[in-house]
Amino acid sequence: MRADLKLIYDWIPQGARVLDLGCGDGTLLEALGRDKDVRGYGLEIDPDGITACVERGVSVIEQDLDEGLTNFEDNAYDLVVMTQALQALRRPDKMLDEMLRVANECIITFPNFAYWRHRFYLGFKGYMPVSKSLPHAWYDTPNIHLSTFNDFEQLCLDKGLIISDRAVGNGDHEGSWTTRLWPNLFGETAIFRVSRGKPATD
Amino acid sequence: MPDTLPADSVGLVTPQQAHFDEPLALACGKTLPAYDLVYETYGKLNVERNNAVLICHALSGHHHAAGYHSMDERKPGWWDAHIGPGKTIDTNRFFVVSLNNLGGCHGTTGPCSINPDTGRQWGPDFPVMTVGDWVNSQARLADRLGIQRFAAVVGGSLGGMQVMQWSLAYPERIANAVVIAATPRLSAQNIAFNEVARQAIRSDPDFHGGWYAEHGTMPKRGLKLARMVGHITYLSEHSMGAKFGRDLRSDELNFGYDVEFQVESYLRYQGDMFSTAFDANTYLLMTKALDYFDPAAAHGGDLAAALAPANCPFLVMSFSTDWRFAPERSRELVDALVRAGKPVSYAEIESPHGHDAFLLPDVRYQAVFGGFMKRVARDITRAGDK
Repeated sequence: MRADLKLIYDWIPQGARVLDLGCGDGTLLEALGRDKDVRGYGLEIDPDGITACVERGVSVIEQDLDEGLTNFEDNAYDLVVMTQALQALRRPDKMLDEMLRVANECIITFPNFAYWRHRFYLGFKGYMPVSKSLPHAWYDTPNIHLSTFNDFEQLCLDKGLIISDRAVGNGDHEGSWTTRLWPNLFGETAIFRVSRGKPATD
Repeated sequence: MPDTLPADSVGLVTPQQAHFDEPLALACGKTLPAYDLVYETYGKLNVERNNAVLICHALSGHHHAAGYHSMDERKPGWWDAHIGPGKTIDTNRFFVVSLNNLGGCHGTTGPCSINPDTGRQWGPDFPVMTVGDWVNSQARLADRLGIQRFAAVVGGSLGGMQVMQWSLAYPERIANAVVIAATPRLSAQNIAFNEVARQAIRSDPDFHGGWYAEHGTMPKRGLKLARMVGHITYLSEHSMGAKFGRDLRSDELNFGYDVEFQVESYLRYQGDMFSTAFDANTYLLMTKALDYFDPAAAHGGDLAAALAPANCPFLVMSFSTDWRFAPERSRELVDALVRAGKPVSYAEIESPHGHDAFLLPDVRYQAVFGGFMKRVARDITRAGDK
């Protein structure tokens, strides 16, 4: 299993109801269903991903995330997962609201644009960064809302959300002392575990 | 007619008949005292009897879903593209059962059969059937064949409604549900098209209130019109355009009302063929079964509540240019299954062929459908290993 998926796998509790947005070939949901009695759905638009999920016995729904999650009820899930899809959405901020409407907690991973190699590309070479986590050219990239580790943290703070866990990894999602010390500089991939702030009832 | 049968064909098949003496109580309040069901099977039932797949047919379908009745048969069964050795529904793995529903006109008891009470043909007196009645009769056929639980029940369009009904009426007897190009209930527009078809048939002077057989006539004109209207709804605007465009039969306009455009010729031909091959009373009855199906109605319109008894995984598929039962209608079912917390997968297949796409081969359609059936087959193998 991909290293970021393994980390998420470990974070998800036994028996949780999970929504996996951009679930790919269903590897994560299959493992969670098999080992942890996790139930839920994957959302995907890639035909090959959908076929792979169906063949694995993972419940997958062909759905464009940009159309929102209106077909999922408030608090219907324990956790919403979204790996490497946030930066490809039209409105990542609204998706974050949607995710925390259907569940109290979400786990999000995205490429950290402030990663030193990306900075080097832009700052010294003067080109849009191309890397393992950002493999596309500027003209054909699906990643229309790139952000940094710090940007996302700021968004969570602005929204009054609670960041219960955060991690970064290099391209292979392996942590090291540098990523722990300066995550915004040395982390290639950011992983956040976010939950709703206190309800604004009072 | 094939000179030799294709390697991926189930080959020559012979329809079989099962007679039932146990009366069948129907939704309309009447009882069918006895009846025959005509069916075909492909593949072999395994020792555990857990590899059976039931095929439910659509409006004008029947039991002959795959293979050939004889070497002289021009075309194979209606779903031959998807049933056979190595095909989507792999007859090397599955025992496939396909029947003609009650009220049909292909051998199963229906309006053309003799009413034992009168000694005459049932004609218009044949009770109006519902999807629920059909599924009850299918369950009895399963009993007869020694099938306690189907590995999958599969159907497109009206057939998909029967699959839904199976999951609700017999949740313990269906391991997987495949619902293709269907809807959990007809829209007003769907019912309107059905009503036009019925009016076309019933207003034909040869219809005689449904007693045309006794008058030695057939409401061919009405049935032809009904089929022409229906056929338009099966195709997409795009596929009609691609097939016929504005092509003329001759080079110039005739300024008359005979066939001029190729599409007119095609529709008339389709209507003519159908009007001599299908029974008008059966057509009326089948459209009613479509109109009536609405499992949510008994739950105040809450489809998720209606789906509560279902406990098998669903595969729901729709086709992008289907405007008879558009993708949104499949989404209604999928969303309700999600709300009810049921396992469901959904794929919207890009296809230019409208509603008819469910009958045709298509790379992605077969990949998803075939992937699901592979998983069904794997579950059977695993159950056998335990």
